[in-house]
Amino acid sequence: MIIVVSLLIILMLISAIAALIFKDLISAVIAACMVSLIASILFYFLHAPDVAMAEASIGAALVTVIFIIAIRRTKRHEE
Amino acid sequence: MRKIFSVILLIIICWGIILSLYKIPFGIPKTKVGEYYLNKGKEETGAANIVTSVVLNYRGFDTLGEVTVLFIAAIGLGAVLATLKKKGKRKVEQASLILYTGCRFLFPLILLFGAYVFIHGHLTPGGGFQGGAIIASAFVLVYLGCRGKRINEVSSKTTESLGGLIFIVIGLIGLAIGGHYFLSNFLPKGELNTLFSAGIIPIIYIAIGFKVGSELAGVIDNLFEES
Repeated sequence: MIIVVSLLIILMLISAIAALIFKDLISAVIAACMVSLIASILFYFLHAPDVAMAEASIGAALVTVIFIIAIRRTKRHEE
Repeated sequence: MRKIFSVILLIIICWGIILSLYKIPFGIPKTKVGEYYLNKGKEETGAANIVTSVVLNYRGFDTLGEVTVLFIAAIGLGAVLATLKKKGKRKVEQASLILYTGCRFLFPLILLFGAYVFIHGHLTPGGGFQGGAIIASAFVLVYLGCRGKRINEVSSKTTESLGGLIFIVIGLIGLAIGGHYFLSNFLPKGELNTLFSAGIIPIIYIAIGFKVGSELAGVIDNLFEES
């Protein structure tokens, strides 16, 4: 159990750093979505299913969609 | 020079955080209120899900504030985007057949799941906010798959206002006849672990579910209208 949780946390950290360094903003948004998704799995493991549902539906789905629409209307690549 | 300065500042902030945190014993509850909710929550509110009993019964007024914050955010976004609105219809590209069919197949199922989540908020994990977000994500699927379909703005605004109104009216009725505080439970609590239990909690969660769902769907609609 502790190994799975540590692996998930390492994956979460990697995707958070990736969201910071990606120049393509769509990829950065997908990496941020990954952070939310893993956070919701971790919430579930920590016996907080209510928070996990909120995180998965808002953090991983709706926020990603809103960011992608905003990027489509502005610029995709960061200088 | 600036980099060295920021590193020094970071070290000072880290040191301050470490100094203030290292003596706190983590994992030991320092207040009695959490224990009280865990022990007495089920009897006092009649809701099997203790999170729901805290969110809607003990801390119902805070939930009203939360709903209001979401409402103000949606209104603000609508006001900002209304100034940019383009006139006239633009040509929309049709989605592929697979996306179209999948959207038409999945949309009612996702709506059903969202409704289940907020109707059973007092029994299983989840509640109005989560169910509303799931319903809004069903509308995202419609905007992606069946392009050109829009939600009816008048009915969505009406649903949203009715949800907020039901919340406040039930809270005020509780203040008037139930007890001495906002949102006191004036309906019979019923049997634990059945659908018709916990008094006003399921009614309020249904209202919040409709309100949050139509609000977030309205936000998505505002954003999609221009892209």
